[in-house]
Amino acid sequence: MMLRIKRVPTLVSNHQREEEEEKARRNGGGCGRNCLNKCCIQGARLPLYTFKSVNKNVNEKDLIGDEKKEPPVAFLDSLVLGEWEDRMQRGLFRYDVTACETKVIPGEYGFIAQLNEGRHLKKRPTEFRVDKVLQPFDANKFNFTKVGQEEVLFQFGASDDDEANFFPYAPIDVGDSPSVVAINVSPIEYGHVLLIPRILDCLPQRIDRESFLLALHMAAEAGNPYFRLGYNSLGAFATINHLHFQAYYLAVPFPIEKAPTRRITTTDEGVKISELSNYPVRGLVFEGGNTLINLSNAVSDSCICLQDNNIPYNVLISDSGKLIFLFPQCYAEKQALGEVSPELLDTQVNPAVWEISGHMVLKRKQDYEEASEENAWRLLAEVSLSEERFQEVMGLIFEAIACKIDANGNTALGMGEKAEGESGTHPMMVPGKQECLALRSALAS
Amino acid sequence: MESHLGLIDQSFDARYSSWAREALDELPDSFTVTDPCISGHPIVFASRGFLKMSGYSKDEVIGKNGRMFQGPATNRRSVMEIREAIREERTIQISLLNYRKDGTPFWMLFHMSPVFSKDDGRVVHFVAVRLPISRRPRGFGRNCNNLGEDGSRILEIVFGSCRREVCTDSVAEMGRCRTLDSFVDSDNRGLEAEELCEASDLEKRKAATAINNILSVLTHYSELTGRLVSGKRCNSSGMVPLSSSLNISLGRIKQSFVLTNPHLPDMPIVYASDAFLNLTGYARHEVLGQNCRFLSGPDTDPKTICQIKKAIQSEQACSVRILNYRKDRSSFWNLLHISPVRNATGKIAFYVGVQIEEGGKNEGGKGLSPEMRQLGAVGAVKVAVRSLWMGAGTSKT
Repeated sequence: MMLRIKRVPTLVSNHQREEEEEKARRNGGGCGRNCLNKCCIQGARLPLYTFKSVNKNVNEKDLIGDEKKEPPVAFLDSLVLGEWEDRMQRGLFRYDVTACETKVIPGEYGFIAQLNEGRHLKKRPTEFRVDKVLQPFDANKFNFTKVGQEEVLFQFGASDDDEANFFPYAPIDVGDSPSVVAINVSPIEYGHVLLIPRILDCLPQRIDRESFLLALHMAAEAGNPYFRLGYNSLGAFATINHLHFQAYYLAVPFPIEKAPTRRITTTDEGVKISELSNYPVRGLVFEGGNTLINLSNAVSDSCICLQDNNIPYNVLISDSGKLIFLFPQCYAEKQALGEVSPELLDTQVNPAVWEISGHMVLKRKQDYEEASEENAWRLLAEVSLSEERFQEVMGLIFEAIACKIDANGNTALGMGEKAEGESGTHPMMVPGKQECLALRSALAS
Repeated sequence: MESHLGLIDQSFDARYSSWAREALDELPDSFTVTDPCISGHPIVFASRGFLKMSGYSKDEVIGKNGRMFQGPATNRRSVMEIREAIREERTIQISLLNYRKDGTPFWMLFHMSPVFSKDDGRVVHFVAVRLPISRRPRGFGRNCNNLGEDGSRILEIVFGSCRREVCTDSVAEMGRCRTLDSFVDSDNRGLEAEELCEASDLEKRKAATAINNILSVLTHYSELTGRLVSGKRCNSSGMVPLSSSLNISLGRIKQSFVLTNPHLPDMPIVYASDAFLNLTGYARHEVLGQNCRFLSGPDTDPKTICQIKKAIQSEQACSVRILNYRKDRSSFWNLLHISPVRNATGKIAFYVGVQIEEGGKNEGGKGLSPEMRQLGAVGAVKVAVRSLWMGAGTSKT
């Protein structure tokens, strides 16, 4: 049985129109819209920012020598903001997001609500398949090669030499598989952009090591803790099956960043993995790592494991790439099976990465006025995997990224297995050093 | 940068007089004083106790930001919490791992309080006590034998070591507990240093007392200079000052720009960047509260001024080329870009004006055109102002 839900997809490009897609198909691809396809890309030029690709230590030890002050707005930051403001003044966005009222909901976590009546279109909804996380790329559907070049801000990639570079008019080297940053014409917040790795390769929405590393580099280069990147897998409310990450600026902490965590382990490469606690959605938190690549691979390998097991998930990259959250979810599946209360469905909030992190865009004034931490919590609790399921999923992830488990670890595991009163659990294969081990044990009864 | 250090010394001496330094040095505590109104939110005073403990000399610390003491194992979440406390201009007490000059890490209880100006309620300084705390022994290491025997005992151990991270509710709810690796091998010892270290009640009281002592000294000496401060915000003037978080965010923007407030009579300047002051030759106190017209002079085209007025009236952005005058009356062509800036209510809170001196050196260009940098400054201002007025109560006093 195929699971589907109906949604009106958000317009992320001014060229994302069904009629034009049909026309393009009929004409065999030529369009005259100055897009990124073979028809228009010849001779196109875009700014190009290349980052220093030497193994970047994710900690600040290196920086302490030079940057003892509050660092100035980083170059990449300036570039994103400047280009975005430029497109704003050229009228490329469907509305001025800064004119949308927003507030922090009083409460312990400070969920953020925005009243945005213009973001969602009054169109007939499209059907999305939500039961398969991996689906092949379909060139007939909207994809980012169809966006107009005016919506693309710059190319982004690793530099060949030992430093970051900027080329204001670099040609787009089709053979070199450029990655680009484009605007989202229905922004959630100021600076809402899309990072599209290797755009001309038309990769489907699935994470791989290289793409995730690119996203992490972008977060680190921007060096702004309020510039966060997010990813939605298919089945977790991605609507375009063309590999992309999103990012935007919001200068307040996200609720998820305030949630306490419980350390599970540290991998041999120094990546610390914790579990979220006291947050409505269960998830993992990754930080540390001897190098940026170590951290990146730990997360992308976990994502790949989820993809391979058909578990939808979202990823939030925060704190300039130093803190990464991963949440498997099942809301779309529940929605398709009719298991979500109509009350929640009416808010039309689709809990993707931003919503789960605590930033909710509401389209009805009444929902905005009545927004409360309780409501937000209740909605997000529906998104989360159950405790049992989450434990299973964690088991899968750790198995996938486990390197070595030392003798001590095994002994400790052995002890755990023999605790009394267990039913149907298996010990977790936890890589690296054994700091915290989950046990099912009967508490004093 | 000489003028930067000059600002630093002024920050302290102008408000408390240099005598205050001696008085503060008599306190045994380890603490720093920072100024959020200076670009970079630098340390303007470091106590003798702190310098001794950290191994740094005064010159190595004054003018730098507090993040210089953080390192690879410093907990990111704690850093975030401190950043938010600064943003919200409130007190915070939190354990934090810092690093000495020789690279050795040490745990300290970080207790920070804002210092408010009495006449306009603005935060003028943050005082941060950095009390070294001793690492509590992690009882669990010796209790592995109790595993499974007594559930409640396990819960105790869990709370003792992971108190900050384990929420009572979820533990109870999930009906299971975690036990930690009982093997304190040399590898794990390094790891333990990273785990959060809770301060004792005694240490917390010590920190609070230290803060009070410091605030007393500062308050007392501010009376001598007439520029009174207080540990609590008391807004005697009607004007809502620019929050220190906005000051800090704006301080990161290197371009020349001003913020003006259209809701106040004659639309005065409420913020001016250092670069603006350098460009025009004025001092900050000479421009704050003034309308921008002082930049115009005899040969300034009145039509351009009209253009600006019209754009502001229609709440639009505009770009003009206007002849402006410095304090010394020398003129320059200003490629000025003005844009409305909205806060969280969605309504216009300020106008930002970013100046480019035509023919001026392309500073820090690195390929980004002056126009793009100008727009980048506008964007940075918009992001900073967007989150103003977001909280139900903007600042907790």
